Amino acid sequence: MTITTLAEISADLSSGKASSVELTQEYLTRIKNSKHNAFISVNDELALSQAKRADEQRGNGENTPLLGVPVAQKDIFCIDGTQTTCGSKILEGFIAPYTATVVENMHQHGIVSLGKTNMDEFAMGSSNETSYYGNVINPWGDMQQKLVPGGSSGGSAAAVAALIAPAATGTDTGGSIRQPATFCNLTGVKPSYGRCSRYGMIAFASSLDQAGPLTHTAEDAALMLNAMAGFDAKDSTSLDVPVEDFTAQLDNSIDGLKIGLPKEFFGEGLDPEIAQLVEDAIKQYEALGANVKEVSLPNSHLALPSYYVIAPAEASSNLSRFDGVRYGFRANEYSDLVDMYTKTRTEGFGSEVKRRVMIGAYALSSGYYDAYYSQAQKLRRLISNDFDTVFADCDVLMGPTTPTTAFTAGSRDNDPISMYLNDIYTIPANLAGLPAGSIQAGFTSAGLPMGLHLITPYLQEAKLLNVAHKFQQETDWHTKVAPNVSGGCS
Amino acid sequence: MFSWDQRWEVVIGLEVHTQLQTKSKIFSGSSIAYGAQPNTQASAVDIALPGVLPVMNYEAARLAVKFGLAIGAKINQRNVFARKNYFYPDLPKGYQISQMELPIVGFGTMEIETSEGPKTIGITRAHLEEDAGKSLHEDFQGKTGIDLNRAGTPLLEIVSEPDMRSPAEAVAYLRKLHSLVRYIEICDGNMQEGSFRCDANVSVRPRGQEEYGTRTELKNINSFRFVERAMEYEIERQIDILEDGGSITQETRLYDSDKHETRSMRSKEEAHDYRYFPDPDLPPMVLEDDFLEEVRATLPELPSAKKARFESEFNLTASDAELLTADREVAEFFENTVDASQADSKTIANWMSGELFASLNKSELEITQSPISSAQFALLLDRITDKTLSGNTAKQVFAALWEKEGEVDSIIEAKGLKQITDSGAIEAIVDEVISACPEQVQQFKDGNEKVIGFLVGQVMQKSKGKANPQMANELLQKKMSA
Repeated sequence: MTITTLAEISADLSSGKASSVELTQEYLTRIKNSKHNAFISVNDELALSQAKRADEQRGNGENTPLLGVPVAQKDIFCIDGTQTTCGSKILEGFIAPYTATVVENMHQHGIVSLGKTNMDEFAMGSSNETSYYGNVINPWGDMQQKLVPGGSSGGSAAAVAALIAPAATGTDTGGSIRQPATFCNLTGVKPSYGRCSRYGMIAFASSLDQAGPLTHTAEDAALMLNAMAGFDAKDSTSLDVPVEDFTAQLDNSIDGLKIGLPKEFFGEGLDPEIAQLVEDAIKQYEALGANVKEVSLPNSHLALPSYYVIAPAEASSNLSRFDGVRYGFRANEYSDLVDMYTKTRTEGFGSEVKRRVMIGAYALSSGYYDAYYSQAQKLRRLISNDFDTVFADCDVLMGPTTPTTAFTAGSRDNDPISMYLNDIYTIPANLAGLPAGSIQAGFTSAGLPMGLHLITPYLQEAKLLNVAHKFQQETDWHTKVAPNVSGGCS
Repeated sequence: MFSWDQRWEVVIGLEVHTQLQTKSKIFSGSSIAYGAQPNTQASAVDIALPGVLPVMNYEAARLAVKFGLAIGAKINQRNVFARKNYFYPDLPKGYQISQMELPIVGFGTMEIETSEGPKTIGITRAHLEEDAGKSLHEDFQGKTGIDLNRAGTPLLEIVSEPDMRSPAEAVAYLRKLHSLVRYIEICDGNMQEGSFRCDANVSVRPRGQEEYGTRTELKNINSFRFVERAMEYEIERQIDILEDGGSITQETRLYDSDKHETRSMRSKEEAHDYRYFPDPDLPPMVLEDDFLEEVRATLPELPSAKKARFESEFNLTASDAELLTADREVAEFFENTVDASQADSKTIANWMSGELFASLNKSELEITQSPISSAQFALLLDRITDKTLSGNTAKQVFAALWEKEGEVDSIIEAKGLKQITDSGAIEAIVDEVISACPEQVQQFKDGNEKVIGFLVGQVMQKSKGKANPQMANELLQKKMSA
């Protein structure tokens, strides 16, 4: 099997070589035949009706790039009339009565929503193992030794890697797009905080959450971002900036590009094979005319502790609305109001969610607020300032996306800290609100993909995509398909 | 005056929730109109569906700033929304969006009248927040219904310093505040509908002691009458405990107006830890200078300034001026009458505070609902000034106007109340009275001048109240002294 990019699908639809209905039907069939458990729900009827409309629009002479292109949606986005679970039992059977702005924007561009992908419960996890709807299988493993796809956007990553969706949306709070992109050999981009509306995207940590694409190529990511981004009056943290064409700078020369390598991203805990692959990738950039130098983000070791106070604190409050009163799961038997709350939330949430809600409630509680939450916010500012300093003299920062490649399912069940360390390189960009992405940069001796992590200054997604695209023009890592993948029949 | 005045000093601070008169909710586009069918004014945002986000309604900020400027408060041009976290079925998000560390309105003051003269009450802060929904405990066969129409209604919580020293002062403050928020048109002040709600922090301490006693918070006191009674009850309860050697438990107490008692709702130990933190969905609100100036320009003349002007411009006493400016509509009625009438302002003030207020109170009407317009009221007073009516006949016309029997002149005509000022006509009646009452005439001639009152009364009676009493008096004296 070979990858099919959005750009190729777009060309086929434009030339009349394929119809959206045919393509959509093909992907729906692949999804049904797939054993990766990448989707929580698929709405054939909705997808095919969108595809039919797109074909009609093309018939009427419309020819926008993504008209009729099928894409998978992370099950964190509300879509009117479809089940939206956020990977949780507490929202099992919840039918959203409205559509998230990001998805609405995509639909306006003519994108067809194939279905809702599996994810860690409320986006809390790095392996997709916290989903109430079962583990997702990484196509890069085999059925005997099951590898995790990463998380929390694990279903989205697995779906694209398994070629059962040409692209997917994800969300990234601490690395939830970039880490699974790495584990599944994809391009994943987390835009600047505020680029994509959060309206209708179920909140994990409001000040960190950001939607973005998981694709095979940087060009596809740019196309997706064109459809996803834009100011939204319904989200007060949405950026009121003109919508850019993120594909416009893809082919710009990167001769003279100033790359910074933060030394903190190459320290203890990094798999030496990954370190070597990063070094190889950097050489490739040097060959393209880039200048490379070591830089320092001296406070980056504070990112993880800061994140694991702020994110749970916000989550503890964001998840309070899941109380069994108005919608979603409610415990069957209870004696009074407090008992109803307790049993509903005890039975409705999984253990990782409960752990974080408790951590967050503790960090915000009277007498601890100053020591934890206030302190974490101060660290966040220090981390953000570090980036300002290095970007005074750099165009892009590079390093590994993750310290390891995909690991075996169940291998970190009793070790939340080692699970949290997965996001050690990705979290700083969330804390600083910066655009960041992961691109395919080679394979370890075990044949597992690794990712090169790119961070650019605020609002410079176009630069990031340009840097990524130029690399993909020179390499073919992104074209590699997992050995067992055969159109959904693994 | 209570017996406890001698030994104990009362300390009261009030927290008042005023519902701001916006068209839509503070963080969503839903209407806030009162009385709609349950949950018909509850949008996706109001019921806290997964994924929804709040968007600030700046009209609420404008009204809050208006209040801040009216009390001369510091406006925090950068202020922050915070989440107050607690679980309750009528609180859809599991937190209330409020303001904690940086409220929109900082410290300001308000002057009240007390029995010992004017007193300045500090207002610590006023912050914006959203209201919760309502739990409906009836009609659901043992279950509880939730109505989220009210959820998200904008409130301005106005927190006073513990500056009041008696329930009477607290009520004076509350009335003044009630008047102000209606004056500046930020709140309709409707207490029945819950647009103006009061919680009171009450404590007592031995006179002379500097530190405050342990306080209790009284909730659910939603009329001026209940506020005073609830506080009086609570003060006596606290003093009884302290005088018996006990101590006060810091707790929230609910006032039951039927039983006239307060009872414990929850103690400090059970008090919630609200886990306040800045709401990450709402960036800090930044108010530009221009915005503040725009709002300042919309401020009407405030009660204190109006009161001073009424005293100097209309020669009113302080108490009349206070009475006539406490309410914006009352002041407007007064000024409209002054503009339309030849009568002097003192007469107008007397007739308003007398006949008009008495009738309004009796019928439980606001001045805006008065059956007598300021134009008719002005005409009525003109007919006294031009001597068409006497005080007595004017009251009859007033009563007829109140019953909407017609306009001033047509009523005078229909009832034949035109005062007799023709001296010939009065003279004939005077002659009649003098010959009918020889005994009293003799008394007058013997030097008992008081008897003149009786004789004038006889003239008035015979003229059916229409004779000009002054003219009757003069004629009587003249004839009897002849």
